[in-house]
Amino acid sequence: MSKAASQSSPRDPALGVSAPLPLNPDPLLNQQITPELIRKHGLLDEEYNVICRSLGRQPSLTELGIFSVMWSEHCSYKNSKSLLKGFPTVKKGETKNYGKVLVKAGEENAGIIDVGDGWAVAFKIESHNHPSAIEPFEGAATGVGGIIRDIFTMGARPVLLTNSLRFGELNSPATKRLLRGVVAGIAHYGNCVGVPTVGGDVYFDASYEGNPLVNALCLGVLRHDQIRLGKATGVGNPVFYVGAATGRDGLGGAAFASRELSEASAADRPAVQKGDPFMEKLLIEACLEMMAVPGLVVGIQDMGAAGLTCSTCETASRGGAGIEIELDRVPQRETGMNSYEIMLSESQERMLVIVQKGREKEIEAIFQKWDLHASNVGTVTDTGRMVVTQHGVTVADIPASVLTDEAPLYTRTAKEGEWAINARKWTPAGLTDLDSKGVEKALATLIASPSIASKRWIYRQYDSMVQHGTAVGPGSDAAVVRLRLGDTEKFIAISNDCNGRYCALNPKRGALIAMAECLRNLACSGAKALAMTDNLNFGNPYKPENFYQLSECVQGLAEACRYFDVPVVGGNVSLYNESPAGSIDPTPTVSVVGLIESEKHITRQTVSSADNRLILLGGAPYELGGSQYLGLCHGIKAGDAPNVDLNAENLLQNFLLDQIKVGKINAAHDISEGGLLVTVTEMLFTPEVGSANANTFGANLDLTSISAPRLDALLFGESQARAVIAVSPSNESLIMQAASQAGLAATVLGNVTVGGSLNLVKGSVKAQLNVNELRHGWETTIENAMKRPGLN
Amino acid sequence: MKISVIVTPKKNVLDPQGVAVGHALESLGFPKLKTTRVGKLIELEIEAVDSPEFRARLDQVCKDLLSNPVIEDYRYEIISK
Amino acid sequence: MKVAVLQFPGSNCDQDAFHLFASGLKLNTRYVWHKDTTLGDVDLVVVPGGFSYGDYLRCGAIARFSPVMKAVQAFSQQGGLVFGICNGFQILCEAGLLPGALIRNASLEYRCITCALKVEASTPTFNPETLGATIKLPIGHGEGNFRIDEAGLARLEANKQILLRYQNNPNGSLSDIAGIRNEAGNVFGMMPHPDRAFERFHPSMDGLKVATAVLATKFPQLIKRTA
Repeated sequence: MSKAASQSSPRDPALGVSAPLPLNPDPLLNQQITPELIRKHGLLDEEYNVICRSLGRQPSLTELGIFSVMWSEHCSYKNSKSLLKGFPTVKKGETKNYGKVLVKAGEENAGIIDVGDGWAVAFKIESHNHPSAIEPFEGAATGVGGIIRDIFTMGARPVLLTNSLRFGELNSPATKRLLRGVVAGIAHYGNCVGVPTVGGDVYFDASYEGNPLVNALCLGVLRHDQIRLGKATGVGNPVFYVGAATGRDGLGGAAFASRELSEASAADRPAVQKGDPFMEKLLIEACLEMMAVPGLVVGIQDMGAAGLTCSTCETASRGGAGIEIELDRVPQRETGMNSYEIMLSESQERMLVIVQKGREKEIEAIFQKWDLHASNVGTVTDTGRMVVTQHGVTVADIPASVLTDEAPLYTRTAKEGEWAINARKWTPAGLTDLDSKGVEKALATLIASPSIASKRWIYRQYDSMVQHGTAVGPGSDAAVVRLRLGDTEKFIAISNDCNGRYCALNPKRGALIAMAECLRNLACSGAKALAMTDNLNFGNPYKPENFYQLSECVQGLAEACRYFDVPVVGGNVSLYNESPAGSIDPTPTVSVVGLIESEKHITRQTVSSADNRLILLGGAPYELGGSQYLGLCHGIKAGDAPNVDLNAENLLQNFLLDQIKVGKINAAHDISEGGLLVTVTEMLFTPEVGSANANTFGANLDLTSISAPRLDALLFGESQARAVIAVSPSNESLIMQAASQAGLAATVLGNVTVGGSLNLVKGSVKAQLNVNELRHGWETTIENAMKRPGLN
Repeated sequence: MKISVIVTPKKNVLDPQGVAVGHALESLGFPKLKTTRVGKLIELEIEAVDSPEFRARLDQVCKDLLSNPVIEDYRYEIISK
Repeated sequence: MKVAVLQFPGSNCDQDAFHLFASGLKLNTRYVWHKDTTLGDVDLVVVPGGFSYGDYLRCGAIARFSPVMKAVQAFSQQGGLVFGICNGFQILCEAGLLPGALIRNASLEYRCITCALKVEASTPTFNPETLGATIKLPIGHGEGNFRIDEAGLARLEANKQILLRYQNNPNGSLSDIAGIRNEAGNVFGMMPHPDRAFERFHPSMDGLKVATAVLATKFPQLIKRTA
């Protein structure tokens, strides 16, 4: 309000060192900053004091909004940054070219790793959980839009998308509504923008009720010399705003994500943005065209969370420079927007570009070709400050690095919760083992359970084939895409995973397993892992049990990354995933990218001919803890997460890759949710190509010679470091011999048959199942749950 | 001048969106619907003078761009001049 | 043989169509921007898939008014070969170069699956003898439901203008129609994607046969006939 008001309540002796800013052109913004206003902006009193000391005065309301978003959990990682330092961000065994990390995690919008021959890939995963809970379609759609921008802002052409989704139980109407909206939103955006959605993972569990998880990943391709960074350098270089006009979308979106979901949040609908994939497609083409002109683009960053604010101060901070922007020159699609609204707007499909001085006409011409705005909104300076003016009046003047680097960091208290400590004590001693009928019933239940059942209802809504490079699409352990790289081609594989239940029972083990499982999936497809990205989805970090989970999971991931020499090239942290019922299960989703040396090595998880022998690698499964079987057939969520042995994982992965390379393996599928019998059953469901009723194989399994104290643990336990492979009869002894030489346990389970009957014998237990019926249950669970009357 | 152009699916054309909306209404307790059709409203605000020539141009643009005569009907209302 | 692939704002299968002809069939192929008013020397104009103009208003409704479409119109009137794939088919219908219209899938959902298609005896080069009784092509569309009035359908049947029919109708298309040609036999349109069926790792390589059959309309020597 007035000088008198600001001098009457000084909080610090350093206050009053700088002259206050002039009055804002919008009288609404000239209110006094009260303790309530500070709290509404998600800032603590101590944080406000740091702001005042950094500025030497009280901030304007616009500046308060700017700090509020930049220092929010979502943008600053203030409660998790201390933990993330544990991740390895470079490869240990780096040769001159291959596999070197070119842009490290945390440096830029996405990390970049070399793939050989002068080419590289940029990829990252990011969450949009809270917006998707409120408005599933647009929340998921804009999540996809945002991650795509993070990739092409690095100079890469986006070539694939994947996603990790978590919902409450499928039979809840809220889940159906969210599932329908999220899938339609991802499809709407990805399909229109022309990037194929080639894979992902989806789980349904009560712990996610009211707080779904929507993590979207994008991967793009570029040559080393095409890498562009989000740095503002060169005093006097013009700062351009390109893309869509700015409106009042998603005001406070970033700060909003840091708040827990409660019934009141439904009223927060305006915090969700609306995406325009057509606009983004034009933006991709225009930006790639612009970045191809030598020397034209000095720096580039997308406007995502905290829009103009974030992109401006981050590029300035990285470049060690300052930026001045004039808001009057920002394209606006609504009238009367004040500086607070413009700086915090989360309107989509906008980029900030630092252009080489004198070459403004070139960028304007390119954007005119694509009918997009390209407006010169500011200049790079040498003051290190972000200075924003509107109608000739300074409305914000903040040192850029204070916003990006000086958000207070916190180390919260970590203390394991009682529930997990007690749950791990569970043993199967009191559990009745299975008889023949029990085995049949359990398999039928598991194979048709929503988390295990076919996700075809979901992925047939995604365009998984645009850009004509998809070699293995959705529905497989890992997706495989052919990258066209100039005159050469490479095959990239990608796998997403995380079992939240394991992480709830034993966070460190659960995280180790998430990594191990991804690497196993890649090995089953014939790929060697290159790098990973992770999305840490956890509850309120102020709850010591949640922070314990976060801390332990990060340690587990880091340990696995170091062991396997798979660096983290980037990722995302999403905290405060809570609903009135409590925190979600800790869910550090992991996505690992690998390379397949040759097209001949691409291996699928389904058998393609009868008479193949089925061989179990890694020894008999024996643990029931945390298993789907225990949960679905006995209603128990307890026991320790399965044991993890990284050496055993490594041994298995290497064996799979070695044998695949010499053509000895026809199909490979690792053991995970559902256990051994589910794994074998899934291998019999041939992928559907061109007909409504695919061929279904059968199998004859004799496990009598396998020593196993419990049948249920053998068939449905989720012990790790195991896989089932299908080999030609003529290769059986070669494989068994090779496994023995490698020190890897290998057991012949039986063979594939025609006729659709799955027969299992173990001693006196004889189970017989109709594979067509199992397949029917597997295929129709989600489709039936989501059917709408009157539509086919 | 403000004009509202309303584009609807032709009566004999299948309208799956209409079917879906009808079922959804019924599931909310609405009485059973005989028909439900979902169309589009296009609002135009332009500098023009109402005349037979203008109306002829408007008809043409409704047929060429705003509707597809193979599957849609259109009508327009002049809201204000 | 020269092939031109049009590019509209929002076309996203232009590169796929380009590679079908350039890499798959090893033909001289180039792009033509939607604002160009001439096509240049070309034997086949391909209108590719995607979401031209975001599918706003109706699929293809805005693209059909792009400057290049006047040239395509003239080219087809002179008997030039035109091939519309997916959004390209939608654009050709909106432009009146093919009869009928494509509306939303009956399921109201986008569908990306591989379809078995029955090949119809439509032309001397596009028929079950040259292509086989059935082929497999992927589809990827939200608006592939083909509609035409009774009289129009009767004409399509009588003139053998139907090229392909779905064996398991994925979108509600009238009479399971997946692709058609104009009466004169120089303009072809289909919702399925031959540009997703030509690499070794694709669900099938039938896209090469389909593209060849279209080209063979003008260059019959492409199809070697057994007596």
